[in-house]
Amino acid sequence: MVRIVAQPSATQRGRPLDKGGESVDIRSASKHYDAVRALDNVSLNVAPREFVSLLGPSGSGKTTLLGILGGFIPPSSGSIHFGDRDVTLLPPHKRDIGVVFQNYALFPHMSVGENVAFPLRARQLPKADWPDKVRAALAMVGLAGYESRGISQLSGGQRQRVALARAMIFEPRLILMDEPLSALDKQLREAMQIELRELHKRIGATIIYVTHDQREALTMSDRVAILKDGKLVQIDKPQRLHDHPADSFVASFIGEASLLPVRRADACSVVLGPAILRSTRPVPDGDELMLAVHSEKLLIDDGAGDAARNRLTGKVTDVVYQGESLRVFLQLADGTSLSLRQPSHYEAARRIPPLGGELTVTLHPEDTIVVPKARP
Amino acid sequence: MPAPMPDISRQYQRREQLTMLALAFPALLMILLLVVLPVGWLAWQSIWHDGFTLENYRRILAEDIYWRSFALTFEISLTVTVLAVLLGYPIAYAASIVSRGWSIVILALVVLPFWTSVLVRAYAWLALLQRTGVINQLLRQLGLIDAPLALVHNTFGTVVATLHILLPFMVLPLYATMQKIPRDLLQAGASLGAGPVLTFWQIFLPLSLPGVLAGCTLVFVLSLGFYITPELLGGGRTVMVSMLVSRNVELYDQWGAASAVGVVLLLAVAAIFFVVSRFVPLDRVLGQR
Ligand SMILES: Nc1ncnc2c1ncn2[C@@H]1O[C@H](COP(=O)(O)OP(=O)(O)O)[C@@H](O)[C@H]1O
Ligand SMILES: [Mg+2]
Repeated sequence: MVRIVAQPSATQRGRPLDKGGESVDIRSASKHYDAVRALDNVSLNVAPREFVSLLGPSGSGKTTLLGILGGFIPPSSGSIHFGDRDVTLLPPHKRDIGVVFQNYALFPHMSVGENVAFPLRARQLPKADWPDKVRAALAMVGLAGYESRGISQLSGGQRQRVALARAMIFEPRLILMDEPLSALDKQLREAMQIELRELHKRIGATIIYVTHDQREALTMSDRVAILKDGKLVQIDKPQRLHDHPADSFVASFIGEASLLPVRRADACSVVLGPAILRSTRPVPDGDELMLAVHSEKLLIDDGAGDAARNRLTGKVTDVVYQGESLRVFLQLADGTSLSLRQPSHYEAARRIPPLGGELTVTLHPEDTIVVPKARP
Repeated sequence: MPAPMPDISRQYQRREQLTMLALAFPALLMILLLVVLPVGWLAWQSIWHDGFTLENYRRILAEDIYWRSFALTFEISLTVTVLAVLLGYPIAYAASIVSRGWSIVILALVVLPFWTSVLVRAYAWLALLQRTGVINQLLRQLGLIDAPLALVHNTFGTVVATLHILLPFMVLPLYATMQKIPRDLLQAGASLGAGPVLTFWQIFLPLSLPGVLAGCTLVFVLSLGFYITPELLGGGRTVMVSMLVSRNVELYDQWGAASAVGVVLLLAVAAIFFVVSRFVPLDRVLGQR
């Protein structure tokens, strides 16, 4: 007879997963390729255990910054510090950071298990310890028992998980990820976003995450750094970024905002065509100002709202049905256009006039965001 | 049971197959005319001389000169192949890691000799290696040797010249394979803690093996049938199989014997590849897991 003994597996008991995070200090990092400034004097401080996203359009320098952190790209000037170590000139294999590449970079000639065990081999850990660690790492990403599979037999989502397991098996205190979910379809991507968040909480490592998807950045991050043309434009918590954009570029990049040119009237109001809009936020100085109107912050005027609200009237030029919501495009008298979003239920749809009809919308002074116009 | 619906995709597939066949036809015809027919004719000649005969093959088995020649041919081909890998791999590796401009320079230097005829290059080696050649004179003037070294009219000279002529056939497939290895994989290796040496052994080298295999096959097969360099630089002592063939035809007008030698060489190569493919998991080297 075989005696069956209940035994907690090494993955459940064993060592604590949480090794803490590394703090990262980027001081005036620049990278020039001849005339191209891929990265232009970027300074950034990341706290231990923080999840920071680098967000920006294609070509804004995200990969370059990640490459500098990973040690693959030497900066033209500036310095990088992990904790109190200056790592600017440290080669990648001595940095002890986990990197997840955009296309996963799994080794095609190795099995899943061999891929995941690679960091252990590189660190010359005793071979006897590998199977347990590999099993635990694969279990963590939901791929228990996949050790002997070949890479080509995996789906995109599974490859992604293997890349994650491989980057985490040596318990790095800092993990870099370059658009790791961009190749996945929407459903899987959103599921993985939530999983990554949970994983981050469990392992407690600092994560620097590159993406060009603003929703992804807002969903996952403690703070989001916005890059444009190699420059750091703003770094803030998701909500502050959304509600207090530094300029019109950030406002256009985060959320769904219409940008309308306005003139400064005084410290708390601006002129938009014939209308004067009040804002509870201080209006910045400068000649070129933009009003950033988030489409979800416009309400259809039912006449009952308080008089303090700003009102805008325009013609309905288009109504787009988008499932859970309707997007209504309005053209103001001076020709500028903006859009508002209405939940798609009967009550809301009833209040939208037919195309060409007039519609008055209200914008609360708390939501009236005026930003300086960004340089093109 | 209801009758299965006729599958319209079948019809489509059949039409596609016909198209493919039509497209491949010119190539198939060429292979038939230029490879299958001559080889068939060769085989026929070797066994038909006023009736069926195995006399040509009996002689190959019985006579010492044939055995020695075959052994020498394989020995030289193997030596050339091994040396070509050892020399070619670093060249291809360098070309694959330097910037685009430099890799073009390196590859141009590798391919440049193609522009000169094999005959000219063989004679050039003769001029360099012979008793009163450049190398021997230089060494004597430097006082490193007293008597001239026998660098040519032997196996050594044959190997050197053959290696020189066949090196591009090693470097080019190697470079093509190496260049396709994604740099991400090497960066990933480094980020996971592997130094340059481990990254090379564990990642770059295994992924370059298909190129090594392709290059070795090309060089080995080409040197098996090489004729000019052993003829000019072998000094009559290095008799390779190709020379047996030409002597049988030119000196003795023995087409049957020459054909038989060719057929045996062909079969030997086929046998070698069969055995190698049993021991080297070719699909694992060539394919991805
Ligand atoms: N090796 C390179 N040589 C020249 N220019 C480069 C190189 N790498 C990146 N760049 C340029 O630097 C800029 C930033 O690139 P990158 O960091 O890849 O942007 P992102 O990842 O945000 O799309 C781009 O304009 C790109 O063309
Ligand atoms: Mg990029």
